[in-house]
Amino acid sequence: MARIRIENVSVDFPLFHGSARSLKKTVMAAASGRLGEDKRQRRVVKALRDLNIELGSGDRLGLIGTNGAGKTTLLRTIAGIYEPVMGRIRVEGSLNALLDPQMGMNMDLTGRENIMLRGLYNGLCKAQIETLEDDVQEFAELGEFLDLPVRFYSSGMLIRLAFSLATAIRPQVLLMDEWFMAGDVNFLAKARERLESVVRGAEILVLSSHQTGAVLEWCTRVIWMDHGRVRMDGPAPEVMACYLAGKLPPH
Amino acid sequence: MDALSPSTLPRLHGSAIDIGADSEATHRERHALAWADVAAGARLWRLGVTLAWLDIKLKYRGSMLGPFWLTISTGVMVAAMGGLYGTLFHMDLKTYLPFLALSLVMWNAMSGLVTDACTTFTQSEGTIRSVRMPFFVHGLRVVVRSVISFLHNVPVILAVFAIFSIWPGATGLLCLPGLVLWTLDAFAACMLLGCFCARFRDIPPIVGSVMQIAFFVTPVVWRPDQLGAKGWWLPFNPFDALMEVARAPLLGIVPGPDAWALAVLYSAAFCAISWLLFARVRGRLAYWM
Repeated sequence: MARIRIENVSVDFPLFHGSARSLKKTVMAAASGRLGEDKRQRRVVKALRDLNIELGSGDRLGLIGTNGAGKTTLLRTIAGIYEPVMGRIRVEGSLNALLDPQMGMNMDLTGRENIMLRGLYNGLCKAQIETLEDDVQEFAELGEFLDLPVRFYSSGMLIRLAFSLATAIRPQVLLMDEWFMAGDVNFLAKARERLESVVRGAEILVLSSHQTGAVLEWCTRVIWMDHGRVRMDGPAPEVMACYLAGKLPPH
Repeated sequence: MDALSPSTLPRLHGSAIDIGADSEATHRERHALAWADVAAGARLWRLGVTLAWLDIKLKYRGSMLGPFWLTISTGVMVAAMGGLYGTLFHMDLKTYLPFLALSLVMWNAMSGLVTDACTTFTQSEGTIRSVRMPFFVHGLRVVVRSVISFLHNVPVILAVFAIFSIWPGATGLLCLPGLVLWTLDAFAACMLLGCFCARFRDIPPIVGSVMQIAFFVTPVVWRPDQLGAKGWWLPFNPFDALMEVARAPLLGIVPGPDAWALAVLYSAAFCAISWLLFARVRGRLAYWM
């Protein structure tokens, strides 16, 4: 049984720029007694504020909101990449996050080597990695490019590889950013079919998107985020209607 | 769409994330999370080793001799330095050259690792920002990479030992506990310097110059007995004790108990500092990338 529980979660991003990145300058500032002041004035971006969200098996959640509302940060926090400064987050069940197209792929390594690394990361055995390789090779239609370094790929090929790899592993909890909508038209129909199968296989889906169509089609529940907080939470059609109208429903 | 049939695609199981920052229990939890990180990283050892191999492969991809360039350049360096310092110090090459070959290869491994350790996390920036992966895997990658480079230099030692027909015998096995200490310290260095350098980007050059100075004040090209009574400060140099416990046995000498005590003491302190820092900043590393 998969489950996500987010309790009072807040995430702040420290803004390091210029001298904050330098040990020498930090030590000098401490020596001249400026550090205390610095600490109080340390600039942070308040990315998420007091979020309380609970998801169980079968939940299909869509995240909407303007740019900078905290959708992607929330996905990354659920994925365990950013640990919250306050609150607690629990995710039960295997997780796969389709966050950025390259997903930490090494551009100097060949497609095949990148597939192997992803397999090892997911703790697959040798035979399973071979299955993964075959599956990605067939789906991404890369042919002999699979044995060339990824940096020689065209952007379309790169997306095909990244997409096939990311969707080859079927998790219980699937987190998805909207990048997967990219790709050439020919690939898109095929990609859609594959994506739908992964989405159907997942017990929990969290999708962040600007495309209202995709959210309405795949999600049953929608959270409208604004400035790192939940502005509205409810059934997909209702929240979407309010979001598009730009205001909360009258009580 | 047979590629999509669920049976052929890997299905992931298990793995739970439980991260919290409750104001109570935070301290204990930090250590528990750091420990979980190390344990999970150790379980992913195949990934760490593969990453290290690919790093080496990548570095030497397209060169005919591959990593054996390392062997050649070390060999040339040992021959050149042996000739030069042997003359300068009026040393007998038969005893000096084996010492130098061993010393230099070991020092290169140590200082190479320390320099490399600085980029433990920053070089994997992309990965750290896109997937949750135990940070220990990155440390493992750096350590294994250094071990592979070190192994490519071992033939130089063997060649010099063969030329002067030196064989440490059973005493040589005493280097093993020393090498265990080296390995522990290597992991500690990766976690410590990796964290520090992720936060402060001006540290790698500082580390570089410290290692440069350490090279001169550590008995690498000169022997500790050459200093005589003037060498009273040597015990304060952690590198000296570490070099001694791993090097002396291979030259057929049993290291003294004080060398051992110092090496263990310095290593324990170093590992403890590294652990405390890692436990403290682990959760912040992703924000620093």
